[in-house]
Amino acid sequence: MSFTTRGFSGRRRQPETRLPPGQTLVEKWPVLSAGPTPVVDTADWELTIQDETGTDHRWNWDELIALGVEDITVDIHCVTHWSKLGMAWRGVSLDKLFEHVGSRHQYVMAHSHGGYTTNLPLEDLLGGKAWIAIEAEGRPLHPEHGGPARLLVPHLYFWKSAKWIRGLTMMPGNDPGFWERYGYHIHGDPWQEQRYR
Amino acid sequence: MNALHTAAMPDQPRARTAWHTATIVEKLAETPHAVRLTLAAPTWPGSEPGTHLDVRLTAPDGYQASRSYSVASSTPAGNVVLAIDELPDGEVSPFLVQDARPGDQLEIHGPLGSYFTWLPGRSDRPVQLIAGGSGVVPLYAIALAHDAAGDPAHLQLLYSVRTPAEVFFADELAALTGPTFGLDLVYTREAPHDWPDPIGRLTRETLAARTIPASQRPHIYVCGSTGFVETITPWLVDLGHSATDVLTERFGGL
Amino acid sequence: MPRHLDGNALAGVLSEVFTADVTAARARCGNCGNTAPVAEAMVYPDAPGLVARCVRCNHVLAVVVEAGDRLVLSLAGLDTLELRAPRA
Repeated sequence: MSFTTRGFSGRRRQPETRLPPGQTLVEKWPVLSAGPTPVVDTADWELTIQDETGTDHRWNWDELIALGVEDITVDIHCVTHWSKLGMAWRGVSLDKLFEHVGSRHQYVMAHSHGGYTTNLPLEDLLGGKAWIAIEAEGRPLHPEHGGPARLLVPHLYFWKSAKWIRGLTMMPGNDPGFWERYGYHIHGDPWQEQRYR
Repeated sequence: MNALHTAAMPDQPRARTAWHTATIVEKLAETPHAVRLTLAAPTWPGSEPGTHLDVRLTAPDGYQASRSYSVASSTPAGNVVLAIDELPDGEVSPFLVQDARPGDQLEIHGPLGSYFTWLPGRSDRPVQLIAGGSGVVPLYAIALAHDAAGDPAHLQLLYSVRTPAEVFFADELAALTGPTFGLDLVYTREAPHDWPDPIGRLTRETLAARTIPASQRPHIYVCGSTGFVETITPWLVDLGHSATDVLTERFGGL
Repeated sequence: MPRHLDGNALAGVLSEVFTADVTAARARCGNCGNTAPVAEAMVYPDAPGLVARCVRCNHVLAVVVEAGDRLVLSLAGLDTLELRAPRA
């Protein structure tokens, strides 16, 4: 049973060529959270990439910044149907980080403070497509939005852009992360509307 | 014995949760930001006081949005009263408050929840209800059922609200007051001109002074925003109430 | 703005799966052993699914996702769930 509610359209679905199917434009940046907001100080911050030998490649905050922070203007698309266009970010390209990592594995599990995980193919993180973001819209990334640092992979649904990023682990196969285990798509391309498995 | 009392007898099996088609038969302004909707839902089985339901709206392209609302009254069976506060950034409440009109059909799913419910005759201990804002809705349903059942247990409602205009069910609550039901209002922004009490947030001292003491072992129901519930609940425990006697329901979300 | 509600918010979606009302059941956290009604868990609704966490240790007790035409429910973080026996 289900019928159309007279006069209801929901806050969504303006036709707009930059919007993937089923998305609606927002001006405010919604905060989505599946748990309490971790408090992470840049003084203690560290990012680790672990390869198949168990070797940890580590960067503290200053070492990350020293790799070079770039300006990024991108559209973001959340699987909960909102998109925010033309967002100004600053961050460090993952290409810079992976220059220091030799791994044969083609998949990555991103790990966050608070226990969140999400899986990505390595090819989606390289080639100027993904960053460790530290600023958005001219300000240091607010803890609600994943500050001090989050993954930014704007060509995939935004759940892949893990907030409060603390590490990446190389994997031989594409094991599912948190939402991917619970029915969300293993890849998550918004233009192909890969919302669910 | 009226229909509600029958539906709420502890030995009756709970009504099975299901989807129902409901037609808006009346829409009234409840407060400047809230409406009271009376729905005719012929298949609605009635519900225990304190329960809620989900309202589901469907757009022409199939997009759906649903939100939970406490049931203010479900008597007579086949009727459901909701009181809906408009949330500025909301999606469902602005539609229900601004756009919905009598004759419109909605899908409702319920009755839902058996934790935050009160049943007449289940206990002779007193009952303290504590509401923040529109959190009064399920507590009003409890007060109504308590009255309808002629339950002898003493019921007390402490209701924290911003202004007199924002009191939900003001006339009905006033009419319910009597030997077994007491109403205490705390105004947080603005009070009637001759109001004797201070205006401002509910404090721990007011809570202690205006609620049934722990020595009487009341059953306590707290409903309000997350911030309200999480402020009040530790104070109740500090005042000597057992945490297991304090039932809580948080509302919010868009 | 607080980002969580409580387990009462799970009643609708869980009633699609279970015949009894699970929100009134007592749940034991698989991590810290805290036992409390499901209705008292912290539920984060502003996410791609509903995530219920232990009030004591934040451990994820349950996740519910309405994934298109399917419903996915994980109770992996729960050790036990105790309901009053259904009436005969």
